[in-house]
Amino acid sequence: MTSTLTISQLTKRFGDVAALTDVSLGVAPGERVALLGHNGAGKSTMMKIILGLIPSTAGDVAVCGFAPGSAAARSAVAYLPENVAFHPALTGEEQIRHYLRLRGERPALAMGLLEKVGLGQAARRRIGTYSKGMRQRVGLAQALIGHPKLLILDEPTSGLDPVSRREFYTLLDELASHGASILLSSHALTEVEARTDRIVILSKGRLVAEGTLADLRRRADLPVMLHITARNGYAADIMQSLGGGILVDGALHLSCPQSQKLETLGRIASLGTKVADFDVLPPSLEDLYAHFSRGPQA
Amino acid sequence: MTRIFSTAMTEFRIALRNRWVAIALALMAVFSLVLALAGSAPTGGLGVDRLSITVASLTSLSVYLIPLLALLMGFDAVAGEAERGTLPLLLAYPIAREEVLLGKLAAHLTILALAVLLGHGLAAGVSILSDAGALAGLPALWRLSWSSVLLGATFLGTGYALSALSRRPSGAAGLAIGLWLGLVVLYDLALLSAIVADNGGWFTTKALPAALLANPADAFRLFNLTASGAAAAASGVGGAAEVIPLWQSLASVLLWPFAALALATAAFRKVTP
Repeated sequence: MTSTLTISQLTKRFGDVAALTDVSLGVAPGERVALLGHNGAGKSTMMKIILGLIPSTAGDVAVCGFAPGSAAARSAVAYLPENVAFHPALTGEEQIRHYLRLRGERPALAMGLLEKVGLGQAARRRIGTYSKGMRQRVGLAQALIGHPKLLILDEPTSGLDPVSRREFYTLLDELASHGASILLSSHALTEVEARTDRIVILSKGRLVAEGTLADLRRRADLPVMLHITARNGYAADIMQSLGGGILVDGALHLSCPQSQKLETLGRIASLGTKVADFDVLPPSLEDLYAHFSRGPQA
Repeated sequence: MTRIFSTAMTEFRIALRNRWVAIALALMAVFSLVLALAGSAPTGGLGVDRLSITVASLTSLSVYLIPLLALLMGFDAVAGEAERGTLPLLLAYPIAREEVLLGKLAAHLTILALAVLLGHGLAAGVSILSDAGALAGLPALWRLSWSSVLLGATFLGTGYALSALSRRPSGAAGLAIGLWLGLVVLYDLALLSAIVADNGGWFTTKALPAALLANPADAFRLFNLTASGAAAAASGVGGAAEVIPLWQSLASVLLWPFAALALATAAFRKVTP
């Protein structure tokens, strides 16, 4: 099956400023891809090019085989902008009914969509009275309209509480299981970690890393942290025999390169009863992100 | 078509809640009634029915009020969406930019038409109640009504164009008021002073008719004055109605709405959200 979204050598310049340089990326049907990057890394620009809202300087983008912004591409794509906004004088239901009609769907589906995002009670109130989280839910509801083949979600969980975030990702899983491709950007790295298939890191407009979390961990080759709790009095002993580490609240924190992980583990095991407990902490997505976004040479 | 209709419905609802419908209707009703009641004084001697006199006054009212209402409703169309942040999402939907503008135009034009119908209906009612001969003025009133709606369309389109060009509601509002002052008030003053300076020369005979036809507000006034044969009674540049054939002012009244909408579409196409 071909990709839902194909981006090849995409470049976008605003005057002298390069917003995106030579970015290539494909998203397969049913795949959930997280786009990570600092503010100004080019995430929103890339999304707007995919949507056909702004033209690219060079490179090719195809959405389900169509040019971005063409009628066919727009029918296939749902979008949730960063800080989504609606006219404050309309009610949630009226707004969704309007969006349904624009997509050629039955307006009667509006209530169902709003209930799906937990806004059933507030559907008949004006959006002007909604909180930021509620507006975000209206945004989610409109992104679910029809059966989009590709969802472009810019910071979709900002303004949502942890429970709503979980519900939101459950909705995404459901869509992905029906074959929808999802490209989302987020600052909340921990939630992206568990809920997406692939991670793409943009830095200063360049794609600096791409792959599954395991892939990225392997490539970054960041040291693993070992936390060792010593039995009373043995902390100094252990420190000496392992040759390093620092003591934090009686626990020994030891950093060890990936390549020496097993060897170090063997040495810890050989310490026998001196060790009360120990944990292995793989590098977090935050660490990986910091590592890869330092620069293209990383 | 569904998309245009849905946009129109939504815009109408917004205008209703923002009190624009109430404001437009109330303004037109009050001014039309005042003119219809005040128009009763000179009827006797002129041998013209009461409604025809009122139509002449209503023409002057429409020249000022319709463009103002249209520009006030139109200036927010694109700039407002851009400032609220609703534009990127809207343009990601499968709706063409022309359809967005046509939807807004349909809603705003409906409001203007309702206001015109209410105002003119009240004026006709008052006139006919007090003078049975006023029925003779109905064709002129009808002509004024539909040409008022076309005048509204012209200025709505222009308002959208300004809105798309300035991209900020405050800037668009300034431009809209400036345009209104320029086309409706200052334009005629400038022409009058040019006529005085020219003293019946090339400008008055050749350039003036073209200048009047080029301004949609002047063309609207000329058309209504010429058609009702009231040009003789008209003052100011309206007096020129005698020398400009009816078909020319009619053509201007009919063509301007399309030109304005084309202008708005071209400006909106250039907007990147």
